[in-house]
Amino acid sequence: MSILDKSAFSIAESIKAGELSAVVVLDAALDRIAAVDGRPGSLGVGELSQEDKTKVHAFITLTEERAREQAENIDARVSAGETVGPLSGVPITIKDIYCVKDTPSTAASRILANFTAPYTATAVKRLEAAGALTLGKVNLDEFTYGSSTESSAFQPSTRNPWDMERVPGGSSGGSTASVAAGEALLSLGTDTAGSIRQPAAFCGVVGLKPTYGRVSRYGLIAFGSSLDCPGPVARDVRDAAMMLSVMAGADPRDSTAAREPIPDYLESLEKGIEGMRIGLSPDYMQITFPDPDTGELVRQSLPVEIREATLRAAEILAEQGAEIVENVPMPNTIYGIPAYFVVSRVEAASNLHRYDGVKYGCRTNSEFRNLREMYRKTRAEGFGLQPKLRILMGMYVSAAQYSEEYYQRALRVRSLIRSDFEAAFDPKGAYRVDALLTPTTPTTAFKMADIYGDSVLMQYADQLTVPANHAGVPGISIPGGVSDEGLPIGIQLLASDFKEETLFRVGHAFEQATADADWRRVKPQVLRDM
Amino acid sequence: MMDEITTELFEHLVELAAFAFNPEEAEYLRRELNQQLKAVRQLEAVPLDESIPPASHGVTYNSETKPELREDVWEPCDNPDEILGQAPQVEDGYIVVPDIPHTKLD
Repeated sequence: MSILDKSAFSIAESIKAGELSAVVVLDAALDRIAAVDGRPGSLGVGELSQEDKTKVHAFITLTEERAREQAENIDARVSAGETVGPLSGVPITIKDIYCVKDTPSTAASRILANFTAPYTATAVKRLEAAGALTLGKVNLDEFTYGSSTESSAFQPSTRNPWDMERVPGGSSGGSTASVAAGEALLSLGTDTAGSIRQPAAFCGVVGLKPTYGRVSRYGLIAFGSSLDCPGPVARDVRDAAMMLSVMAGADPRDSTAAREPIPDYLESLEKGIEGMRIGLSPDYMQITFPDPDTGELVRQSLPVEIREATLRAAEILAEQGAEIVENVPMPNTIYGIPAYFVVSRVEAASNLHRYDGVKYGCRTNSEFRNLREMYRKTRAEGFGLQPKLRILMGMYVSAAQYSEEYYQRALRVRSLIRSDFEAAFDPKGAYRVDALLTPTTPTTAFKMADIYGDSVLMQYADQLTVPANHAGVPGISIPGGVSDEGLPIGIQLLASDFKEETLFRVGHAFEQATADADWRRVKPQVLRDM
Repeated sequence: MMDEITTELFEHLVELAAFAFNPEEAEYLRRELNQQLKAVRQLEAVPLDESIPPASHGVTYNSETKPELREDVWEPCDNPDEILGQAPQVEDGYIVVPDIPHTKLD
């Protein structure tokens, strides 16, 4: 058994006790990266080789020196008898949408390819202060705009460690793939419509979208400012809880980071779920997809394996003492994606105006006569097609003459989506659930190039995760089974504002109850011969 | 049904966004915009009475959880050269931009 098969929690415990060296853990992680990752994502990469198609390609930038300095520092402090932090010696990766001082911070976009961050994001700073070893920056969809990681300007894009022909999901695909392949124990992702939970489901790992405002967004390159949530990717619930404990809390540099006390997540894990009310909603048990020919939206039933994994999870939780509440109505779930097409695009367009070739990032190399032409050429060369599509859409639906019809309407529908959750969680209401149990994704991981380019179909991959972003409530995806094709199936738990503790308790209880299940023994393809 | 984003409207948006596309890209982007708007049209069916307010974000803050305003004090930046060093063109500590086009108003 490799050290990397242990949990982050147990590695940190061993390091704190002086039984394990952080440098040894780091070397194991670097060896794993060398064995499975292949060449890092870069610009202008050309055709992929056969070997490229057998590698994970999670990384854009490896920061080995930074990690080694951190590891040596931990070992020295432990030897000197000093107290070290809760993540001591735990190798982590950072989605390349966060600024980390003195490292390239690219957002997987050509327009930021030459940008070196002059400061470090709050979440990263807190992880490093807790003793984590920063292995590097991992790939994502350009500016996080996608659900497959394929839109990265840094190719080869990440592949799914369970099946190299398939996408890892996205946009935090590099994060979830690096954790699934054992290159890192933890990763820092972001979730705007499902960008942590959907790739976590596709890669068979745990991914948490905390409550909006639970974790500071300072140093996160913004997409949808009212939706973006930094959150942990881990291999089990305890590790995710440990990571959130370190990152959560108010930050004078983010005026949306709430002053909300941080409970002891690890302690609450063991409380069990006796008497908890867990809801199932019929509105999460059917899915909507655009017809490929007409573009009309069609309601379908969930794939049987995903439906069964969710219902089986409900039975297991009931055996652990939870009360299952069926038929919780969430009628506005179906409007999650249409409203998101409007709200997220308006925010994206606004946030992308800053990339203009003046203050930082790339400026066009071609000739220009004036400022306006410089803007035009820089933006035409610097942004990929997906950011351009989002900017055009955002400008259209927020234009003065269309704003009432689109933007204002979408914001009001957002209130309705929020009210579904408020009614379900209301302690005096008809349902009084502590958590909702749903599938995370409408399908398991799809094949590379199958969906990429169809921006509507790609967006609908987030249909079961996006309502939580509109509402702001926390959600977690945990592994819930493996399909006949050998692909992971994710199940999602949703709770009310700042009740991450509930998600961890339920998730942990499910993990304990399924620890010996056959599907837990199925490993990602990339690790099967190790 | 006619496309909501016509070729003319598309060109107008491209001008506003300061982009430039070849015909193939333009066709792809216009088609995707129209397909997305078809999905967005679903929102028309949602009954919205006057009492439903727009939500600028999901979670509401109360006086205890709302972040405190920082005191209005300045802090020196410890690495201004590093920040200026990211700009494509700098002279004497100033960021330089090309000529700004002017339109004479009558």
